[in-house]
Amino acid sequence: MSEVALKGLMKRFGATSAIEDVSLTIGDGEFVVLLGPTGAGKTTLLRLAAGLDHPDAGRVLIDGHDVTQEPPAARDVTFVFQQYSLYPHLSVYDNLAFPLRSPLRRTPEAEIRRIVHDVADLLRIADKLQNRATHLSGGQMQRVAIGRALVRRPAIALMDEPLSSLDAKLRADLRIELKRIQQELGATLLYVTHDQTEAMTLATRVGVLREGRLVQLGTPREIYESPADAYVAGRLGHPPINLLSRRLFPDLAAPGATATIGVRTEHLEIARASDGPRAGPVGTVSWIEHLGDQNHIHVAIENEKTVSLVDPDTPLAVGDLVSIGLRAPLFFDGKGARVQA
Amino acid sequence: MSANAHSVVEPSAGAKLAASVLVILYACVALIPLLWIGLTSIKSPPDSIAYPPKVVPFVHFTPTAEGFCNLFTTRSRQTPDYIAGLPPSTGGCDEVARSRNMVVVGASNYVPRFVNSLIIAFGSTALSIVLGTAAAYAFSRFRVPLKDDLMFFILSTRMMPPIAVAIPVFLMYRELGLSDTRLGMILLYTSVNVSLAVWLLKGFIDEIPREYEEAAMIDGYTRLQAFWKVVLPQATTGIVATAIFCLIFAWNEYAFAVLLTSGAAQTAPPFIPIIIGEGGQDWPAVAAGTALFLLPILVFTVLLRKHLLRGITFGAVRK
Ligand SMILES: Nc1ncnc2c1ncn2[C@@H]1O[C@H](COP(=O)(O)OP(=O)(O)O)[C@@H](O)[C@H]1O
Ligand SMILES: [Mg+2]
Repeated sequence: MSEVALKGLMKRFGATSAIEDVSLTIGDGEFVVLLGPTGAGKTTLLRLAAGLDHPDAGRVLIDGHDVTQEPPAARDVTFVFQQYSLYPHLSVYDNLAFPLRSPLRRTPEAEIRRIVHDVADLLRIADKLQNRATHLSGGQMQRVAIGRALVRRPAIALMDEPLSSLDAKLRADLRIELKRIQQELGATLLYVTHDQTEAMTLATRVGVLREGRLVQLGTPREIYESPADAYVAGRLGHPPINLLSRRLFPDLAAPGATATIGVRTEHLEIARASDGPRAGPVGTVSWIEHLGDQNHIHVAIENEKTVSLVDPDTPLAVGDLVSIGLRAPLFFDGKGARVQA
Repeated sequence: MSANAHSVVEPSAGAKLAASVLVILYACVALIPLLWIGLTSIKSPPDSIAYPPKVVPFVHFTPTAEGFCNLFTTRSRQTPDYIAGLPPSTGGCDEVARSRNMVVVGASNYVPRFVNSLIIAFGSTALSIVLGTAAAYAFSRFRVPLKDDLMFFILSTRMMPPIAVAIPVFLMYRELGLSDTRLGMILLYTSVNVSLAVWLLKGFIDEIPREYEEAAMIDGYTRLQAFWKVVLPQATTGIVATAIFCLIFAWNEYAFAVLLTSGAAQTAPPFIPIIIGEGGQDWPAVAAGTALFLLPILVFTVLLRKHLLRGITFGAVRK
């Protein structure tokens, strides 16, 4: 386990720029999650780090050594692919043993057996070792794939949306599992995903990728509470942050450049307008959505829509006039960049 | 669409019945020549050309091993007096020959010709598969300059009947000393089969995600090792299916074999008809030679039928 640094990485595919000047240092034992939608360059960045693709510019350093020109095998990294994570023609045991049997490592079989059994215990798949890899459920397969990436204690484990093919319940279970395993092993991880929950719960630091650029890097809390721009603010939080025009809040003290006001659902204060005069605009309740675990209230203010959370037994009903109060608003300029209050 | 996109609509009972009847009818038509070969091989020469034909063994004719004896031996005609003066026969084919006023003088060339067929067909198949797999892997995985043009060129070598180049090949082989050599025939059949092998195998290898090799290379294997450990095991179905196609072509090939082989490297297909010439029209011997000739492909195909079926439907049935 060691420190990994990506410096000024660039990668183009023809006219598309997949990675644009990304620099990032992942400390020993750190769990860095990069968050971005499909096409943001997540897979490309991991492939550059692994040495499967060569950057057009920039360097990859592992423990201070420049490995940019080294082949994947020489980098001491592991990779969990988004798909095709296990060798279908091998048993679970042989899949886990595969990296240990490589000509670079040549681990004695007795040692392999010990390591594989340890990992199987850690992953809770000890009873599945003799199964063919294809005879596992999706969740077990990903569990083995994650195990395989960690067995040989790499300098860094690279994981490309390893949970994205699983259903919601399994994804939640494995997420917790992965965090436990990472902490138990003290593993260094660079993990990419489009799932904000994974980013928030797994990461020691989150990076937000947008069209090949790393737009912000920080602890999950920093990213959530203090997003660098409206894009980052919109990536985190569910339902997403409300972005409202400055002109709806003429009385609000805001920096001069402010064009848009961002307010998270939990920071919207909604009260019946008839309950007394209050600062802020008045809107109309357009819809109340009961999702079971959450209840969303949709309020229209002039032509703009906001969503907030309400109690399941809220007295509010569709058509009611409500006043809108803001707590901890965020200010963005016309280009979406954050303006500090 | 149904919930399961791979599912094919289940055929109705009527459609199944109709399909079964069709398949059985076709099988009957296709199998009659094989049945006739089998029957002829156990007839005596007069029974084999009797008219109306004798069909049912033990009823219309008495089965005999004469065809097989004649296939494996060479005989010379002698006077009854001479035969009577010989020591007692050793039984078997000796006995059969004497009943026709002949004596066995030695083994025929059938076995060496059959061995030639085995060596040449399996040799060229193995070579086609090795070359085809290597080329297909390269075309599938690497950036090859003019890849599409090269693939088309390879395909184009199959666009004319191979026999169209018989005379140039004949002259070339004479110059190179490859005429009537096993090596020459192996190279010739390989050159015909390798194009098919490249195309088929490229299709199979394209279907194997390259992430598997990349994972192996990250895990500390070289590309060649990754190829052996990861690609090859997953390509076996395709390789087996391709091998069967190559083998069938090389095993059955007749025209080049007639043209280019006459002795040391002669294969069974040109040899079998020659049997007719030796002392009358010996159809049972021809039939016996043909029946035995069919066996290796039959065995090979039956042993590998699972792979073959999966291999043939591979590209057609997408996941
Ligand atoms: N091998 C490639 N050839 C051409 N374009 C590619 C290739 N790989 C990725 N891209 C492009 O680069 C961009 C980033 O892709 P990718 O890294 O796969 O994104 P993500 O993993 O975040 O979905 C996309 O626009 C994609 O089309
Ligand atoms: Mg991706």
